[in-house]
Amino acid sequence: MPRETDVIRGSEITPYEVYQDRRRLLAAGLAAGAALALPHSGAASVSPKLTATRNAKFSVSGRPNSYEDITEYNNFYEFGTDKSDPAQHAQSMRTRPWSVTIAGAAEVTGTFTLEDILKPHALEERVYRLRCVEAWSMVVPWLGFSLGDLLKRFKPTSAARYVEFGTLFDPAQMPGQRFPVLDWPYVEGLRIDEAMHPLTLMVVGLYGRVLPNQNGAPLRLVVPWKYGFKSIKSIAQIRFTERQPRTSWNLSGPQEYGFYANVNPNVDHPRWSQARERRIGAGLFARRQPTIMFNGYADQVASLYRGLDLTRFY
Amino acid sequence: MRIENQVRWIYKPLVFVGALLPLARLVAGGFEVVGHSLGADPINEIQDVLGKWALNFLLITLCVTPLRQISGMNALLRFRRMLGLFAFVYTGLHFLTYVLLDRSLDLATLLEDVVRRPYITIGFTALAMLVPLAATSTNRMMRRLGRRWQTLHRLVYPIAILGVWHYYWQVKADVREPLIYVGVITLLLGYRCVVWLGRLNASALRRTATGASRLAGARDGVTS
Repeated sequence: MPRETDVIRGSEITPYEVYQDRRRLLAAGLAAGAALALPHSGAASVSPKLTATRNAKFSVSGRPNSYEDITEYNNFYEFGTDKSDPAQHAQSMRTRPWSVTIAGAAEVTGTFTLEDILKPHALEERVYRLRCVEAWSMVVPWLGFSLGDLLKRFKPTSAARYVEFGTLFDPAQMPGQRFPVLDWPYVEGLRIDEAMHPLTLMVVGLYGRVLPNQNGAPLRLVVPWKYGFKSIKSIAQIRFTERQPRTSWNLSGPQEYGFYANVNPNVDHPRWSQARERRIGAGLFARRQPTIMFNGYADQVASLYRGLDLTRFY
Repeated sequence: MRIENQVRWIYKPLVFVGALLPLARLVAGGFEVVGHSLGADPINEIQDVLGKWALNFLLITLCVTPLRQISGMNALLRFRRMLGLFAFVYTGLHFLTYVLLDRSLDLATLLEDVVRRPYITIGFTALAMLVPLAATSTNRMMRRLGRRWQTLHRLVYPIAILGVWHYYWQVKADVREPLIYVGVITLLLGYRCVVWLGRLNASALRRTATGASRLAGARDGVTS
């Protein structure tokens, strides 16, 4: 819907109940770092709250999906291939303590604790559209910070033309890895200019709360103009590379899933059309809505792909 | 009670009610009856459940003949038509969900799908082939068609293959469940191939045997 491409106004947001009392609880002054350091237990527990300021410029209008939709309908094959599997099984993943290894073409490399990674960054709330390659979509209020701000701290060298992200390989924590559904561990990648783009988000929370495991805790990528599978969850490794990374879905089906995976209504998946999408939460009788080029972020990102044949580099 | 009456008044009604349970659960989910829900993507859930039960009933129907032949329980045959019709009902509802809810009756994209998306072409073909089978399932049609009825209803084999293929082809990466269906259908059709080859052999043997005895008779100067 065209109205969703508009920039958000505070008054337009239809707030979810949790969302609303966020303000009140924010006043309690839970610092982001402190809340993230809290261990959380069990599926039933609700994640701790986080402090963040809304970035209206980078938020879309359109009603965000419910917390339930966002946290109970997930593709996270490490915990099973049914949409309901991650919410049921992701609690077996230990997200504290967590460390992230930085490697490759950068001046600063090594293994960092999650706290070290997050410390300097103020959290922003951004309401982004999410378009899955399976032709459904949601609107999600993420909490995070620009990936570029994080990457700059490691001083990538001129050889850093791509950034590769990896998650854990640990079938004990991620039972879905016992079956070779994909070539584990999951790997994704971006061109360095895509990674440095201000829209590209490192996410630690949603709906004002610490990210639930099934959504990719403790640290995940969100690239709103690309199909959802690019936005890798539970990041444990970041590597600056000179060559284009070999990414999981691209390896699994090179004809179907490209490295770029930009949302594009004019380039169909070989087995289904990408021209329209089903908006999750719209109800049984809602029509599919047209998919927008670059998922509606063309103004900000189209220039990255000038001169690139998007039918070849899908 | 005689076995025919037991089948008619007890077992068939039980199977009938049981076969409606998956549908009842969907309806309960649609109305959010306690403990039931269709999840975040109800249209997809409905399509999935209906499609899977369409396949299940196709394969269950194909189990009847082997089970009867192996166990000798001829009464099993009395369930076959009902099971086959449930396969048709679930396939039809699966298709209606796709047309009405998934595509909101958008004929242009429907047509494009059937022509351009091979897995939809396959599914649509299977449905189209099921229609004449359902239409000729009455006693009257069976009598009217005579021997041709059985020939026509052998269409169920390609239909089942197309159905499983239709499922296999739309899975993204995790083919474990479609592979189970592939396994089951291979067994069911494999069994029929073995029986068929056995019969072919037997009749060939018979022919050679009669031929040989005739030859032997001629040699011995025996006339009959």
